[in-house]
Amino acid sequence: MLNITEKILARASGKSKVSPGDVVFVNVDKVMIHDVSGPGVIAVFEKLRKTGMKIDKIWDPERVWVAEDHFVPAADKISAQNIVSLTNFTKQFGIKKHFKYGMGQYGICHTLSHEEAMVLPGEVYVGGDSHTNTTGALGAFAAGLGHTDIAYVLLNGKIWFKIPETLYFKLNGKLPDHVMAKDLILQIIGDIGNDGAAYKTMQFGGTGVSEMSVESRLTLTNMTTEAGAKSGIVEPDQKLRDYLAERGVTKYDEVHSDVDAQYEKIYEYEGSEIEPTVAKPFSPENIAIARDLSSIELDKAYIGSCTGAKLEDLRAAAKILKGRTVKIRTEVLPAAISIFRKAMEEGLLKIFLDAGVVVGPPTCGACCGAHMGVLAKDEICISTTNRNFPGRMGHVESQTYLASPLVAAASAITGKITDPRDLK
Amino acid sequence: MKGSIIKYERDNIDTDVILPGPYLKIHDYAELAKHAMEGLDKDFHKRVKPGDFIVAGKNFGCGSSREHAPIALSYSGVKAVLALSFARIFYRNAVDGAFLLPIEIDESAYHDISDGDSLEVNISKNEIKNLTKNKVYKMKPFPELIGKIIEAGGLFNYKP
Repeated sequence: MLNITEKILARASGKSKVSPGDVVFVNVDKVMIHDVSGPGVIAVFEKLRKTGMKIDKIWDPERVWVAEDHFVPAADKISAQNIVSLTNFTKQFGIKKHFKYGMGQYGICHTLSHEEAMVLPGEVYVGGDSHTNTTGALGAFAAGLGHTDIAYVLLNGKIWFKIPETLYFKLNGKLPDHVMAKDLILQIIGDIGNDGAAYKTMQFGGTGVSEMSVESRLTLTNMTTEAGAKSGIVEPDQKLRDYLAERGVTKYDEVHSDVDAQYEKIYEYEGSEIEPTVAKPFSPENIAIARDLSSIELDKAYIGSCTGAKLEDLRAAAKILKGRTVKIRTEVLPAAISIFRKAMEEGLLKIFLDAGVVVGPPTCGACCGAHMGVLAKDEICISTTNRNFPGRMGHVESQTYLASPLVAAASAITGKITDPRDLK
Repeated sequence: MKGSIIKYERDNIDTDVILPGPYLKIHDYAELAKHAMEGLDKDFHKRVKPGDFIVAGKNFGCGSSREHAPIALSYSGVKAVLALSFARIFYRNAVDGAFLLPIEIDESAYHDISDGDSLEVNISKNEIKNLTKNKVYKMKPFPELIGKIIEAGGLFNYKP
């Protein structure tokens, strides 16, 4: 009678059964740090050393992987130094899986987690980033932690979790052509609120999710963070097995919910009823139907981030931009260089350039207001990213509307918020 | 533990306003403190005094996993945040890193406490005394493990 999350956490804590509310120490399978959380962990190690702790090795360098994504290409001297520190750290502790910016494969950590199959079904995965939830679409328990907790995992291989209650979101039937997983997750967050899943797991299933590509499922789990969830998850199926097989991985230990699994609450959505949806400033829960915002004039469109710059996101944007010209500044930043390459091979980059768009390298960049395209005071942006709190993408008085790649691209063409169906 | 109150009467005070994104590259704790709450209250660093408490609405600390957020508040002098509820990563960062106490209060305490009030928090009694208004409120007791980690002085000092 356990659901997938309870079964994964029971197995990882050496128990036959766990119940929501139990606090357990869980053995971790994989851990990720990046150029923000990595230096954060290094600072924790330094603090611990000052208390007399000797730290000359970590628990298991094979289970640790590293990305450089937030302040790359190095935004300034401090960011450059952080990347040097991170490089020294991986060298010192023998961490080989370090995706160095500008060396082979590189990109946003959550995108690499699935592009490179860094995490497998049934595993417990923690990352030093709140959107670690994303990787739950691979049938794993995936949750974000802070620097102290990640440092603890690096030294001990385990961490405490309270077993979460699970909210089950059942999608009946396929989403219509002009609607993407982004629209569904925005609708869900609008319905349950920024803390509607606080401390809980959001599990996605139903025929609509079975029909969805793995990349679309990743959009759903990615934004469970915006509803306050500890994790998001989708049960493994043949689509996932095929996705992993394409990446050369066929051996893993899948976990599935029992047939009589318990969920705190089940929410049902009809695929055919979901509309192109937008979250208005300054909160992901502040949703509206795109058509109702058609008078909002924009300064910029941003198609980037772990949420909205996967290959199928770029394909969706290209479908709209093909043969058209943008009316506002528009930036497309593929989420990993492997995706950049595929977009090039498929001719998507040419479509973007012909439309007048800037195509940039993979980076978290402006999504978190770090650098590379941040917003000025009063600037209004439509973005395929995940958060729109005050100052998220730049000036505290700039405004971000969150949308799907289809809506963002259609809006780039007209300069106003636009439902892709209404594009002439 | 005694302190005076800086109150923000709003929900969803997120990590982007507690410590804005551009400062994520900074790992010098004293430097981070200069930018605490900058996205919401530019004068916070001038206003805050060692030992102060913040009072806020629900879902305090939502958004990113940045430990910079509780670090910036802690190194500004904030000893506790009293809120209707907390986002999960902020909560565990505050406790596991021993930066500050995340204390859950109820609606009546939230509405009753005013900016500038002087408060005394007694964790062993789960009690908050408003010394200015001469009132006593209940705080939500810490779950067992959280209480033990707080008592130990952070996760690294806690022996399971």
